Parts: sequence; structure tokens; C-alpha cells
Amino acid sequence: MVATVPADTSSAIEIPLKDPGLAAFLAWLVPGLGHLYQGRTAKAVLYFVCILGTFSYGVYLGGNRELGWGRVVYASWRPGDRRLPYLCQLGVGLPALPALVQANRVRHGKEPLFGGFMAPPALGGNFDQFGEPRRDDFGQPTVHELHKKLHRYFELGTVYTMIAGLLNILAIYDAWGGPVFSDEEEEDGENEDKSEDKPEGSASLKS
Amino acid sequence: MDTLVLAVLGIEDLWFAVPLIITVSLVYAATRHEFMGEILGHALRIGVWIVGFMAAVFAVLQVIAWFV
Repeated sequence: MVATVPADTSSAIEIPLKDPGLAAFLAWLVPGLGHLYQGRTAKAVLYFVCILGTFSYGVYLGGNRELGWGRVVYASWRPGDRRLPYLCQLGVGLPALPALVQANRVRHGKEPLFGGFMAPPALGGNFDQFGEPRRDDFGQPTVHELHKKLHRYFELGTVYTMIAGLLNILAIYDAWGGPVFSDEEEEDGENEDKSEDKPEGSASLKS
Repeated sequence: MDTLVLAVLGIEDLWFAVPLIITVSLVYAATRHEFMGEILGHALRIGVWIVGFMAAVFAVLQVIAWFV
């Protein structure tokens, strides 16, 4: 499958989308990988740097040496801690999948790997005699402790990683169907399209 | 006036918006164009639009804060 994009007013180029389904899957798995598979290297690099950079910075903000890293990306559907942001974070693909592994280990009573990287927090919340949140679930910090010690960085890290996941959905669509064209652009290019035969499943875009 | 002072004092937090504005602008523009020149041009326009929109919202909220 190809997408047709006018290079200027008189000519057009075709973008080889190859297998759009596979490209979309690869784009989800690693941002930019689907475009690399299609030979759209510049966009692959752009997506990789922008989306993974944003995700990585969010992971960095949402952790520290004491609590462990990546605390803002975790999968949890337990009563009292339904982590809806993870649905957005999952859009970034492979980089967010360790959270599923960690959640599965905790659910089956196993200790999280890698020092609790992307592991769900403990559900404790009770305080010990010193007024500190009690740790349980293999020494994982509680949600309360994460908020207390990371302050606003917990929310900032969450927002960064969520936006990275949502942006990758746009990139996945681009890998699947080529560049999106707006209504205005569609109207402008309408007359040109009528005079040309478009390949099956192609998209046109006025530059 | 107090709210304006507080806003100025908290302005350092706005730096966290800069990487997001750049990233969102670039990725959105990249889904609309195929060539890097067009992507960068569109991203610049989107970035300016986002900053302008944020400034407008800030101004509206500031005016409301003065009257409430």
C-alpha cells in the first residue's frame, strides 16, 4: 500500500507504507520503528527522539534513588488504586510493558524485579509509631509515600509519560495510513485528485 | 494583585511545559506532512498557537481572579 503526497503543485511522490498493519504494530512496539520499517527514516528518528525522550524524562521525574525509578508508570487495578493513566502510558509500547510484568509478579506474591522499577506501590497507607508510612509488599513504597517524597514530580512524571503514550497513537496512525490531511487541505486538493487516479488505499496531501 | 505575584513566583514550573510544547508540536506536525521542512514550519506555527492559547487562558483567569 502506498500514500500519495504532492511534492509541489505539479508533481507527487508515493510513500511506500508496505504492510500497514505490521508497520502500525511496530510503531506501537517502539516509537519510530514502524516508520523505519517503511523507510521513512527522518520521521522515524523524529518520533523516536520526541516520544521516547518525553517518556524517559517522565520516568526520570517520577522516581529517585531512595524510592526507585519509574514509579509513575505502573499497572494496578486494585480497589483503591486503579491506575487509569497507565492506559495512556501503554500507548508507548515496549517501554511501558515492564509495568505489566511487575504487576503480574506482585499479584502472584513474587518480589518485583530491578529494585521495583515500574512496580505497583504497596497498598498499605497505615503509619508506624514514628508517623512514617508503613511499607509492605516487598518493601515497596505506598502511594502516599510516593506523593509525599516526589511532591509535584509524581504528577509531572505521570503527565509526561501519559502524553508520550498518547502522541505515539498519532504516530501509529501515521504509520498505518500515511500523513493525515485536514479539511482545508482536502478541499484545496480536491480538484487535483479528480484528475488523477489514486492507488488503492492511498491518501493525498497538499503540501 | 496577589494572584499575579503568586503566578510570577510559580513561573519556574512553566519550564516543564516547554519540552511538552516542542514535542507535541513536532509530533502533531509530523502526522500532517512527510517532509522535514514542512514539519518544522507547521510545528513552529502550532507551538506559537499553543503558547498564545495558554497566554489567553492565563489572561482570562487573571481577570476573573481580580474580580472574584
